[in-house]
Amino acid sequence: MKFSRRTKLSAALVAAVSLALVATGCSSGGGSTSGSNGSGSTITYWASNQSGGPTSDDVKILTPILAHFTKTTGIKVNLEVISWNDLQNNINNAVSSGSGPDVLNIGNTWAPYLAATKAFVPFEGKAATAIGGTSRFVPSALATGGLAGQAPTSVPYIGLTYGLFYNKAMFSAAGLTPPTSWEDMVSDAKKLTTGGVEGMGLVAGSYTENVHFAFILGEQNGGAWYDSSGKPTFTTDANVQGVLRYLNLMQDDKVVSTADAEHTDGSQAPADFAKGKIAMFVSQNNANTTLTADGMDSSKYGVVPIPTTAGGKNIASGIQGINLSIFKNSKEQAADLQFIKFMTSSYAQSAIGLPFGTIPVAKGIKPQFSTDKDFQATFQKIYNTQAAPYPLVASEGAFEQNVGTAVNGLFATIATGGKVTASDVKAALQTAQDKTEATQ
Amino acid sequence: MAITTAPPTTSPRTSQRSDGPGEHQRHQTKRWLPYALIAPAVVFELLIHFTPMVTGVWISFLKLTSASIANWSSAPFAGIGNYQIAVSATNAQGAALLNSFAITCGFTLIVVALSWGLGMAAAVALQRTFRGRAIFRTIFLIPYAVPMYAGIIAWKFMFQQQNGVINQLLVSLHLVDPAHLPFWLIGSNAFGSVIIVSIWRTWPFAFLMLMAGLQTINEDLYEASALDGAKPFRQWRAITLPELGGVNRVLVLVLFLWTFNDYNDPAILFGAGQPPAGDLISFHIYNNSFSTLNFGFGAAMSTLLLIFLLIVSVAYLLFVNRRSTRA
Repeated sequence: MKFSRRTKLSAALVAAVSLALVATGCSSGGGSTSGSNGSGSTITYWASNQSGGPTSDDVKILTPILAHFTKTTGIKVNLEVISWNDLQNNINNAVSSGSGPDVLNIGNTWAPYLAATKAFVPFEGKAATAIGGTSRFVPSALATGGLAGQAPTSVPYIGLTYGLFYNKAMFSAAGLTPPTSWEDMVSDAKKLTTGGVEGMGLVAGSYTENVHFAFILGEQNGGAWYDSSGKPTFTTDANVQGVLRYLNLMQDDKVVSTADAEHTDGSQAPADFAKGKIAMFVSQNNANTTLTADGMDSSKYGVVPIPTTAGGKNIASGIQGINLSIFKNSKEQAADLQFIKFMTSSYAQSAIGLPFGTIPVAKGIKPQFSTDKDFQATFQKIYNTQAAPYPLVASEGAFEQNVGTAVNGLFATIATGGKVTASDVKAALQTAQDKTEATQ
Repeated sequence: MAITTAPPTTSPRTSQRSDGPGEHQRHQTKRWLPYALIAPAVVFELLIHFTPMVTGVWISFLKLTSASIANWSSAPFAGIGNYQIAVSATNAQGAALLNSFAITCGFTLIVVALSWGLGMAAAVALQRTFRGRAIFRTIFLIPYAVPMYAGIIAWKFMFQQQNGVINQLLVSLHLVDPAHLPFWLIGSNAFGSVIIVSIWRTWPFAFLMLMAGLQTINEDLYEASALDGAKPFRQWRAITLPELGGVNRVLVLVLFLWTFNDYNDPAILFGAGQPPAGDLISFHIYNNSFSTLNFGFGAAMSTLLLIFLLIVSVAYLLFVNRRSTRA
């Protein structure tokens, strides 16, 4: 073997570069800690996609708000808006790898399982004081912040609830008034299901939507998905009948197109609604931003709470929304706390109110999530009086995944011509429960 | 994988000995160089391939859930508990894994067979030179060149029940009733859909490998057999297939491993709500471990998958190597 001088040189270079890569790859990126008020530091913030449009819209909305924060505190914010398809994965990645952003948005139903990871700063003692105290938040919203009976590891940032959107023109043409009971809603939907128009639209291929409705309808039936000791009780009659009632919108009532079983993202139902292909759909209040983007004026539609059955519990939604958390490994916790205080302040909450369609999560902030007064009043009322909290247990993530996927499968069975009975629902929920218990 | 090379006829030592003493001295001092050159590769190989594997096996014996994920060392030892759940057919998780395994076996068999068949047919068709051959070669390789995500998401749109081009095509051919359009992304048809997408993505690779293999076959063999009156099919069976033996042995194994491990096709085609008929094992493991932060169980399932693939690969290599030495 003979090597020229040049070959040897380049070989040495390759070796050196490789070693350097190994060395840098293994060291974790350390940041400098700054003063106790966090001034002069830079924090990374993962924001969820709330604008109803592409993530670039969120950047446009948030940039001036963050600039105001930097101006007043001297803390720079490195903003990353993350799409909903990636957000939970990215958070799970951050938790398991130990390296992630400083501050992040989480879906509030994830708060219990994320609290169980102990990867986030609990808001108690000094941390609670630094964000201006936790008592200023709407109590039901704050209750979603973590595990039952423990200090919250997230605080509410954006408040959302479900409602039933209906097309005003279609209702008046058919001589109907907005439904006040589940039975009314179904009979209205049947009357409105005529050539080319469906009474209702669902996002029946989305496991997150499906688990929300399994939860809401089970709650309406007086059911619970977990008992007081935190054990899953998915297969109670109330839950089974609730899920079946939801499935029957497509199966027996035939007011939902079987095509909806394939819908996986939340923008499809609003798009169909704006085109006049469906007379009603259920969605969270921020769907108004999507409807505006689809060219439907807010005067063309109205909202009412998702109605309950005769004799059912008056629940119309879960407490939906987005919370803010601080990653425990953040080196800039003083700055993080200041940032959370700012994002939940009346300044920031007012600024995001309309573009993100958020119901205020802190007391004393004027609601301004819609320019339509009735719309705003209806959702504010649902949020304050008709919304139930999701189970505050560590296996909540598995509950969503397993129950949601089970309902997906049942809808698929119906759409492809099969028949789903109460015992099928029970069997599917039993499998979901077995899978969920295995994660505990 | 097992690569056998012919032993060198003379060892480096004996060849060195024939050199002068000065030359020998210089070789002695330079002996570190080859090792230094491969050292980074060895380090990276261990780092990139071995570390995750060992970590995965180690995790599979832990009860690593959301409660311990932020601090792995706090995860309690689970013994073979995770494996017991995975292999138990009476348990919901075990039954689901077994079902997913069966589906993946069927999927792999069909995809590998058809990808290989298509690749072979196309490679043989383009073996002789003719006008426009380069165009066909390029067209056939397009699926391989298209970014994976873009390719699969395009299929997802095509398979949509309401607006998808597949159903429109079937309607215009009067093969389906427009009032009862079939679903391709949910229900039992999902199995066929993911197979079609996977073949579409895989066969150009088989085509490329076989086309390269065909270049090495001596034209004289075909000419001689033609003189003996051999028809094209006979030529293919008696010349092409045996001559491609080496390529085929590796190709089928690689296709099998890729297809069995396929994560991208189901993940992009179906998204989080994976239909039972398209419940391929890699995505199944992901859905039942990562998304619920049940890593110990996920690692146990992955280890079982690794063991299965190892056994199949080794058995396959032993089988084909014995056959090729006998031949």
